[in-house]
Amino acid sequence: MADITLDQIIKPENLVYTKTKLMTDKVLSYCPGCGHGTAHRITMEVIEELGLEEQTIGIAPVGCSVLAYEFMNIDMQQAAHGRAPAVATGIKRVWPDKIVFSYQGDGDLAAIGTNETIHACNRGENIVIIFINNGIYGMTGGQMAPTTLIGMKSSTSPFGRDAQRMGNPLKITELVAQLPGTYFVTRQAVHTPANVRKTKRAIKKAFENQRDGKPGVSFVEIVSNCNSGWKMTPRDANTWMEENMFPFYPLGDIKVDGKLV
Amino acid sequence: MSELKLMKGNEALAEAAIRAGADAYFGYPITPQSEVIEYLMAEKPHERTGMVVLQAESEIAAINMVYGAAGAGKKVMTSSSSPGISLKQEGISYIAGAELPCLYANVVRGGPGLGTIQPSQADYFQSTKGGGHGDYRQIVLAPASVQEMADFVKDGFELAFKYRIPVLILSDGVIGQMMEKVELFDPIPRLTDAEIYEKYPWATTGKKSGTERRIITSLDLDSHKMEEHNHKLQAKYKEITEKEVRYELIDCDDAEYIIVAYGSSARIAQKAVRLARAKGIKVGLFRLITLFPFPSVKMHEMCGKGIKGFLAVEMSSGQMVEDVRLAVNGCSKVAHFGRYGGIVHTPEEVLEALEQKIIGG
Ligand SMILES: Cc1ncc(C[n+]2csc(CCOP(=O)(O)OP(=O)(O)O)c2C)c(N)n1
Ligand code: SF4
Ligand SMILES: [Mg+2]
Repeated sequence: MADITLDQIIKPENLVYTKTKLMTDKVLSYCPGCGHGTAHRITMEVIEELGLEEQTIGIAPVGCSVLAYEFMNIDMQQAAHGRAPAVATGIKRVWPDKIVFSYQGDGDLAAIGTNETIHACNRGENIVIIFINNGIYGMTGGQMAPTTLIGMKSSTSPFGRDAQRMGNPLKITELVAQLPGTYFVTRQAVHTPANVRKTKRAIKKAFENQRDGKPGVSFVEIVSNCNSGWKMTPRDANTWMEENMFPFYPLGDIKVDGKLV
Repeated sequence: MSELKLMKGNEALAEAAIRAGADAYFGYPITPQSEVIEYLMAEKPHERTGMVVLQAESEIAAINMVYGAAGAGKKVMTSSSSPGISLKQEGISYIAGAELPCLYANVVRGGPGLGTIQPSQADYFQSTKGGGHGDYRQIVLAPASVQEMADFVKDGFELAFKYRIPVLILSDGVIGQMMEKVELFDPIPRLTDAEIYEKYPWATTGKKSGTERRIITSLDLDSHKMEEHNHKLQAKYKEITEKEVRYELIDCDDAEYIIVAYGSSARIAQKAVRLARAKGIKVGLFRLITLFPFPSVKMHEMCGKGIKGFLAVEMSSGQMVEDVRLAVNGCSKVAHFGRYGGIVHTPEEVLEALEQKIIGG
């Protein structure tokens, strides 16, 4: 059978939405319902809308989004686990006119890479950090993350996270907001159309800040689901996220134009 | 213009980085090599050449900054001493896997652990046999003078870009700290953006429309492709082994015995050779310049020409000696001598070892 192309199925006049050319045609490796794919797409849409694709270099982490470079159709580097902010620093320092961003999970950014995160933020590197907080190590099979909530079950906290033995969940976003080197710090979500729109606006602001040379890191946390790691259906995961993650990780801007909100 | 100066090895390395047209240096202080970043900061290379110098929060961050900048086509380096070099190994492995060019220096101190700040050559295994995880190699240059600390920066960068490989200048606390006169090479201008776009099409500098995008990664989840990538790496290491071996033979023409040494041990051994010759012992010095690739072919050839024994002299309990044994492959006697843990052997001790372990033994 001959390959059927999109315009044979959808007449151009009926087309209301199409994928940005900055996403490749590769099938996403994410579980159905996972927030990573949406976060990728809106990031790439922003870069396209701002016309920055020829000067942008992205950094993929180690985590489920390790293959972000397969999906994001721009120049990309893959960094060692947690080191993306240092890799971004290296690129931005030698190419100050380029746009540099890292895309990282919570284990990557807030556990093994805490040092790189805090110091890139504290130095005020002129980069964008997109931080996907799903409260778990998705890629390695659902182990406890630095962001795992108290009482939350994971494969390494099978009876729920117990603060006394396992420590407390880390609000790294509030932490970096305190540093003089961050310019814009916000926490968003991508599980509803309204949230996707809001998050996209936040990501756009982040890239505009860098483009306009606003001093410091623009840091966008996206509280996301991990239905596989949480062992829930995608719908239940989103409900659980609203009921449990959002109270602890409240959505909204934390720092705007260098000032705490 | 080339310039004659009296400098510490670490300072010569730093000055050479500016002159070699390096785009960036990322480092973290540690004795006995902190002079590298101190010198660079004092020299304001951002004014001299536009070179970036940044004190990172750790050696891990520094090597990952190198990874990023190297992946974006820039000429970058870092340096440290033993404990810091251990921290860099993850990054070096990634750099080797992603085939990026970079230069770094290890001004070795005694170990293991925090060890001592005194000189040592105990990081030979780490430098030549991998260091980080995975099946990779790096080019290792061993300077034996302040002059070579400077010259090998230039050579190291050339090799790094020629083969897209990490190049290590394996120095030690003696070479890093001692002062000697050095003739500094003429400054080489940093590449312009346009030159980088043209020379390094693999570098992530932003995808221009109508061109292929660039990806810097060491990952391939398809094991067959990963094996293929490993074959490619091995072919590169083989080519390097065939083409880039460097060594110096001193008083070897009529020698019956050979001392094999590198770095500051080679300087000490050179004095030991003079003492031995004064006693009528026909001994020569095989000074290694590249530790990887190791000059196995030449060494083996020499032992076929009547050399009665090789004494491997190094400031370790016996690491380089293993490569000497592999090269000699049983066709001549091989022994090891070295003080370690931060102690530097004397020429007299080397001579005594030669007499006892090789000539008398
Ligand atoms: C140095 C190192 N340690 C551990 C791992 C194994 N590892 C891979 S991904 C990962 C956790 C990733 O979790 P997160 O950053 O939250 O990303 P997610 O998969 O949840 O998106 C770990 C521990 C590794 N690849 N490298
Ligand atoms: S494991 Fe979790 S984070 Fe990873 S793709 Fe699946 S849902 Fe997403
Ligand atoms: Mg996670």
